[in-house]
Amino acid sequence: MPKSRNQVPDQDEEKVSTAKEPLLFGRFSRRSFLTQLGAASIAASTAPLAHATATVPAPAEALQDKPPVPGAVPVTLKINGQTHQIMLEPRVTLLDALREYIPLSGTKKGCDHGQCGACTVHVNGRRVNSCLSFAIMHQNDEITTIEGLAQNGEPHPVQAAFVEQDGFQCGYCTPGQIMSASALLNEPIGKEDADVREAMAGNICRCGAYTNIVAAIQQVRHSA
Amino acid sequence: MQTFQYSQAKSIDVAVDVKGKFIAGGTTLVDLMKLNVEKPAALVDINGLPLDRIESTPDGGLKIGALVRNSDLAWNADVKQRYPVLSEALLSGASPQLRNMATTGGNLLQRTRCYYFRDTNYKCNKREPGSGCSAIDGFNRIHAILGTSDHCIATHPSDMAVAMMALEATVHTRGSKGERSIALNDFYLVPGTTPDKENVLEPGELITHITIPALPQGARSHYLKLRDRASYEFALASAAVVVQISGGKIQRARVAMGGVGTKPWRSKEAEQALQGHEASEHTYRAAAEAALKPAKPMRDNGFKVELAKRAIVRALQVATQTA
Repeated sequence: MPKSRNQVPDQDEEKVSTAKEPLLFGRFSRRSFLTQLGAASIAASTAPLAHATATVPAPAEALQDKPPVPGAVPVTLKINGQTHQIMLEPRVTLLDALREYIPLSGTKKGCDHGQCGACTVHVNGRRVNSCLSFAIMHQNDEITTIEGLAQNGEPHPVQAAFVEQDGFQCGYCTPGQIMSASALLNEPIGKEDADVREAMAGNICRCGAYTNIVAAIQQVRHSA
Repeated sequence: MQTFQYSQAKSIDVAVDVKGKFIAGGTTLVDLMKLNVEKPAALVDINGLPLDRIESTPDGGLKIGALVRNSDLAWNADVKQRYPVLSEALLSGASPQLRNMATTGGNLLQRTRCYYFRDTNYKCNKREPGSGCSAIDGFNRIHAILGTSDHCIATHPSDMAVAMMALEATVHTRGSKGERSIALNDFYLVPGTTPDKENVLEPGELITHITIPALPQGARSHYLKLRDRASYEFALASAAVVVQISGGKIQRARVAMGGVGTKPWRSKEAEQALQGHEASEHTYRAAAEAALKPAKPMRDNGFKVELAKRAIVRALQVATQTA
């Protein structure tokens, strides 16, 4: 079930947009397709109500109309070079702020306890688990997510290498793997595959694409 | 997760005055808040305090700010060269992401990984004093064999603290009553009848920095960690050793263990068995026997006695090989 707070491309899109998720293929991406599908199924299953209210409100718009959550405070986050002002409870993690409030859903929630690495982002250039940190604690930090890794429309070398080396299967851990791997390039680790494996120990891949992930990272390191 | 008041400490004095739990890296605290094991009414964010420096001390030692991240401490050139045991211990713990977040002060205050402590459905004297201990009659393969009581057998999870124990570190704090310095060996408490009280910190008392004395000329050190998988796992048994050998004899030795004690476990028995004796496997085995003599294994963790002995012997062999 898609998250109700994801934006839906519709006629009101411009009004509610704060940070648009990149639509990979023109206006259509897997996510925009699924989100529309979700809205359509809500409309179908609540047909009598939908008649009464004329239209199903766009989920993102619905969020805007909600009264503020008690205890929410203004929080300013700088994500991928863009400043966002949002109302958050102090207990909202950086991961949930990114996914549910900005919304940038490229960063994934796996274990939510710092054990799987799916939520890895860069804070001031260093890789961290965004699930184990409160968003309110990052107001002066430069946060980079998978959406901000490409520069000038060009994939980051690690992104390109993951494609070339087939460094994934289902893809769920991939944003975290790539954020971890791209930070690893600046860390003082050894040259061997074993060093890369140790340095990537904080990122779990359920599909077991480890061999190709190591190959992708080594390809980038060797070409640097 | 329960709601809490959040504030940022602008100075050490303010941090000590504000009522609330300190948060720095958050890697233990946020995890436990999600499990409702920790339920602070207020959090005081200390990340803005100027406690993030690693400096040499006039006596040739090292002063490490409480907010120095584990990765910065592990990769610090001075630490790598002069205190390899500390760098090795840090790099054997957690993952690179967590080490980028976790701080020196926070690492000392890590809570146990006992699954009964982490699950509020079970009885736990550490989490809820007087409720009982589910581990004593439960599945206790990962639990402690040294420093246990009838009330708690949870291990202390830190690797860094084990190395610091062997390096005879001192914890420096600031509280409402002023500053104080506590030898790390006196900082931790064994559970006894009050397993909820893990260290001597008073409410509101803040760790500001840790100091490590200079090692004697020619001293060698090593950290060896044994666990269920090769990386990103807590220790079943670990050993931190610091040895100084001259003329084939051990002049001075410090031995601490992780994964087996209710606190980072320094073994003066092992040190006595080493000091003044020939640097040989025979001596190392005698030291390991002495270190584990007080061990009280439970139903599932008897293997740790032999594992810890081998960790000590192997760590001493590695440390002295390079001498």
